[in-house]
Formats: sequence, C-alpha cells, structure tokens
Amino acid sequence: MATRKTTKKPNISAEELLEYYRDMLLIRRFEEKAGQLYGMGLIGGFCHLYIGQEAVVVGLEAAAEEGDKRVTSYRDHGHMLACGMDPKGVMAELTGREGGYSKGKGGSMHMFSKEKNFYGGHGIVGAQVPIGAGLAFADKYQGNDRVTFTYFGDGAANQGQVYETYNMAELWDLPVIFVIENNQYAMGTSVKRSTKSPSLWERGAAYGIPGEAVDGMDVLAVKAAGQKAVDHCRAGKGPYILEVKTYRYRGHSMSDPAKYRTREEVQKMREERDAIEHVRTLLLEGKHASEDDLKAIDKEIKATVNEAAEFAKDSPEPALDELWTDIYAEVS
Amino acid sequence: MLDTQTNERRLTIARAMAEAIQQEMQADERVFVMGEDIGALGGVFGNTRGLVDEFGRERVRDTPISETAFISAAVGAAMDGMRPVVELMFVDFFGVCFDAIYNLMAKNTYFSGGNCAVPMVLMTSTGGGYSDAGQHSQCLYGTFAHLPGMKVVSPSNAYDAKGLMTAAMRDDSPVVYMFHKGLQGMGWLGTEEGAIVDTPETGYTVEIGKARVVREGKDVTLVGLAMGVHNALKAADKLAEEGVSAEVVDLVSLVPLDRETVLNSVAKTGRLIVVDEDYHSYGVSGEIIASVCEHDVSKLKAAPKRVTYPDVPIPYARHMEQFCLPNPDKIVAAYKAM
Ligand SMILES: Cc1ncc(C[n+]2csc(CCOP(=O)(O)OP(=O)(O)O)c2C)c(N)n1
Ligand SMILES: [Mg+2]
Repeated sequence: MATRKTTKKPNISAEELLEYYRDMLLIRRFEEKAGQLYGMGLIGGFCHLYIGQEAVVVGLEAAAEEGDKRVTSYRDHGHMLACGMDPKGVMAELTGREGGYSKGKGGSMHMFSKEKNFYGGHGIVGAQVPIGAGLAFADKYQGNDRVTFTYFGDGAANQGQVYETYNMAELWDLPVIFVIENNQYAMGTSVKRSTKSPSLWERGAAYGIPGEAVDGMDVLAVKAAGQKAVDHCRAGKGPYILEVKTYRYRGHSMSDPAKYRTREEVQKMREERDAIEHVRTLLLEGKHASEDDLKAIDKEIKATVNEAAEFAKDSPEPALDELWTDIYAEVS
Repeated sequence: MLDTQTNERRLTIARAMAEAIQQEMQADERVFVMGEDIGALGGVFGNTRGLVDEFGRERVRDTPISETAFISAAVGAAMDGMRPVVELMFVDFFGVCFDAIYNLMAKNTYFSGGNCAVPMVLMTSTGGGYSDAGQHSQCLYGTFAHLPGMKVVSPSNAYDAKGLMTAAMRDDSPVVYMFHKGLQGMGWLGTEEGAIVDTPETGYTVEIGKARVVREGKDVTLVGLAMGVHNALKAADKLAEEGVSAEVVDLVSLVPLDRETVLNSVAKTGRLIVVDEDYHSYGVSGEIIASVCEHDVSKLKAAPKRVTYPDVPIPYARHMEQFCLPNPDKIVAAYKAM
C-alpha cells in the first residue's frame, strides 16, 4: 500500500471527525472484548474480528442515508455497530444468548436487523453479493431511492457468482455499491497468490461498471469515495465498485496459526497506517480536541463495551423450545 | 507419535490422510492435490500437512475461492488421465459447487458409456459440536449418498482413514471422502481418543464398500459411521454395565453400502439402533432401517430406532447444539425404549 497522502480537508468539521473517531473506536474496543470473551470460552466456533478495518464501514456509513441497506460476510461485527445496531444485542449473539439479535441461533456469522437495514451476516464466501443485488432490485422496483452497500472480501472476489451479479446489476442499473474490502488475505492466501489481476475494482470494467480503489486506512478518503458512489447510484446510473484497501490485524478467525505473514508486516501496518491513530492525530493537530477530550471518549466507549459484555454474559441461554421456532415464518 | 514400547504408530486421522496422499504421490505422478489453503497451511483440518514441502506447488495447489471452477476442473483433469485429490473445505459449501459434483463428477462416466472415467477424490469435512452454526456444522451424508455415480466413505479412525484414502485414490470412480472434524485430532476441535489408532507406515488399502463389526454383541446392533461409531462404542460400554451386550457396526462406506454386514448382525441380535449425526429424515438412518425391514422384518424383535440430528438448522448456541447432537446416553435411552 502506498504511504499516506495527507488528506488536507479543511471543510471537515470537528464534530464529524469526532464522530468517526468514536465509531471506529467503538468497533475496535468491541472486537477486543469479543476476543477476550472468546478466550474465556464464552464465544464459540469461528469468530472473525474486524480490527484494522474500522475506517471502511465507518467511512461508508458516513456516506449513507437513512434507509440505505447493507449486507456483508461473516466478518460482520463492525458493520452492525456502524449502522447503529445495539452492541448489547450483537455481543449477546456472540455468546449465544436469548438477548442476541438472532436469539442465539445464528452466532457471530449470522445476524440481521431489518430495523437497521442490515441484511446479514453470511457464512458462505461470496453468497451475499447477489443478495445485495436483490435488495437493490427490490428498492428500485419499489421506487425507494435507496442504495445497497454490498461488502465482500478480496478472496470472495474470485467467486463466480460475483461476476454473474456484476453483469445483472449493470444490465438492470441496480443501485448497488460493491465494496471489496481488500485486506490482502483470504485466510492464509494473499491476493498475490490468488490472482494475476490484483486490481480488483477494475474487473468491473468488463461489465461496464465504474469504480475506484480507495485508501481504506483513511476514513475521510473512504467517506469521499463513498459519497461519489452513492451519488452515482442514486442518480440511477447503476452499480459502482469501491475496492477499499485495508488490513486485518488479527488472524482470519480466532483459530488462525498466522504463519502466512510476518509479525513485522502486521506491526508496520499498525504503527504507520492505523486508521484510528490517523483521526486522532487530525483531531489533536487541528486542535479540534484535547488529550483529555479523547480520554473521555475512550472511557465512555469502554463503558458501552463493558455494558454489552455484561449483558451478553447475563442474558439467559435460549430456551430449548426455541430450537423448533423460526424454521418457517410465523403465520401472521 | 511413535510409541517405541509397543511399536505402535498411533496417528490422528489428519496425519493418516496426509500420509496416504504422500505415499500415493510418491508412487503415482498423476496424483495431485488442490483446494483452499491446502498448501503452506496444510489444510484447515491438517490433512494435507507437509505435502507442499515435499512435492511443491505444482502438485499441491492452493486455489482461489472458486469451488465450482476448481472442482469442475478436477473433473476435466481426471477425464484426461490425472488423479486429482480435491478438497472442499466444509461439506456445507457444496451449495456453491454441487453441479460440479453431482452432475459432472458423478455422471460423466455413465454418460460416456464408460468411455470417460472420472478417477478423483473429493475430500470434505463434516460435523459440528463446536458452535459453528448451520453453515459450517452439517454432515450431509445422506445428501451425497443419495446420488448415484459417486462412492462415499467416512472413516472413524486413523487406520481406516489411511487405507480408505489410498483405496479412493486408486479407484477409477469418483470417491467422496467425508472426514469428521471432531475426529481429526486437531486440539481446538476437541480430540476423540478412539480415532487415534495404530496405523502401519507401509501402504495398504481398506476396501470401499465393506462395513466392519467393531464390537461383538448379541442383544442389539448399533450402526454408525464416523463420530457415530464412537458414540455407539461408548453406549455399548454403558449398556454392558447393565448387562446388555451391544454389537457395533462401523459402516465405513455409505456407497456402496454393505447391507449384508448389517443384516447379519441384526439377524443375530434382533434389535437395531442407527446413530447418525446427519438430519433425521431422508438420510442414512432411514436407509439402514429400510434395508433391514425390506430384507426380513421377522428378524426384528422390536421396532428399530434412530439417534440422529433433529430436522432443524444447526443452531449456534452451545447448549442448543449439544442438546441436538447424538450422544451415548441417547443411544442407551433408545435401547431402553425398545
Ligand atoms: C464458499 C466458501 N468457500 C470457502 C469458505 C471458507 N472461508 C471462509 S472465509 C475465507 C476467506 C475469505 O477471504 P476474504 O473474502 O478475503 O474475506 P476476509 O476473511 O479477508 O474478510 C474462506 C476461504 C467459505 N466460508 N465459503
Ligand atoms: Mg480478505
């Protein structure tokens, strides 16, 4: 990844910067806590943390309007928090409790909130891509003027259904933004080892879909690109692709031996490119906030996350009767 | 792993699978392996560990996440004289690539009038028990065994794992090799000691299509496969404490299905319980029971029972999943209810 171009954006307000800071920090602290709970055996299965990628969803959510939709993969905690889902409900789903968004039936990879227009959490790599097109189709059909953010990874970008979807989305001018979160790895396989066309956004050109690559460690750059994509879609011009270059600091999941990259590579990213540090610096250097202000925010977020963790520990296990509910839709 | 005192080589299923592939690759240039993260990572479940170091990336090939393409490509390569061993990381992912499997791999031999055999192995992990929810915990034995044209095997221990893998690679028909995650001997998935058994270093095959009586008894026949065998053996121990003598049959293969071994056992015991971690309805358990009834229902002293996974999507919450999974106590209870 290229070194950071200093984004001089004098028109960014202190409030806006503080909001990004807060939202990104919430995701990071939440994920750190999830990692701890996993270590304590309170969370099972595979748990995929979003640490390092926070600027992607926070930047794009800043470009979204009320009613816009989102759908993503199993690495979904950040997306849920960024679109305003309750940290308590998310954490309680991670611990498999009644108070979780899916009543404990879905776990880390499978959560939904119609209220917040979050259409999952999907465990099959690439599966959410055509779903995103379907959401966009429904909106266009209903004349909703809504846009759907469809997130997927660099690894998922090699699934055939992605390209079937590109073709249809452009053919039908669907208001869908394909967000490729290129964190450079799919489990233990780097992008270099999975494709000879590593500029993933450019693949859209074959279908007539415009797009661009974005520095995903710079929340302002993400927001700006997101705005452009949203405008394109809302103007009825069809889909848009954003390849957001990002990095995951943790293993693929909690049981990742992490032998496919060096400690130094991760360390370098954290030290030189961290998205939260970036905003922190902008806040302090621009005198938008003092160290004390930021400390207060840290404290507030810690409290929110602790509260979510307590809720997730205290919420009861789902009753066994629930095994047989929700298999089919309830008669309304 | 070498136990010098007893001269035993106790291997995990993961090691046994990797060793079988290694030896066959040494002996047969046509064998190659492909799948996601099967190279340097050695497979998520350890069954290709070490292969890339010995054979290189040409023969031990990491693929992009493109299951339809690489499984169908294996079909093509197999028809063209190669012997692919392909991994579908979790059986649940069959949804994105089933056409490659059941329309192509399974049917091309027949549709070519025997002209184009498809000698390949599709290995895939099954099973739950570690809170990974319903897109990563299924068994789907019945789904695969239902469709003609492919053989289906599922080992319960390392000895069979190695011999079945070797047999599968030498078979001229496609073989679906289903290994249960909980038996792989990966610490993080729990360890089933009974799966780690003496496994000879020299190559050998275990016949595909032959079940095995792994414990003799006279009062009831417990039929299982993979993890089900271990549950059945533990149940047999418990039943023995109560003076009940249970015979345990390890199916080893689902296709071809060795009905004869099951029938012989039931002819002796008169009672049948099938243990299957797959969904209750339309699966292996129904097939075994139907086979017995169809053959000679008069051999049965009681209605057969099955201990299976209920027909619900596999939930994430640990206690819900554990409640659903077959276990030795449920088998004992099934016997008592007979
Ligand atoms: C169809 C399918 N194939 C394989 C997997 C196993 N798997 C889960 S995540 C993953 C890597 C995906 O990488 P990427 O798309 O880059 O997303 P990231 O994990 O980096 O967020 C793989 C191979 C799966 N869940 N579904
Ligand atoms: Mg990735």
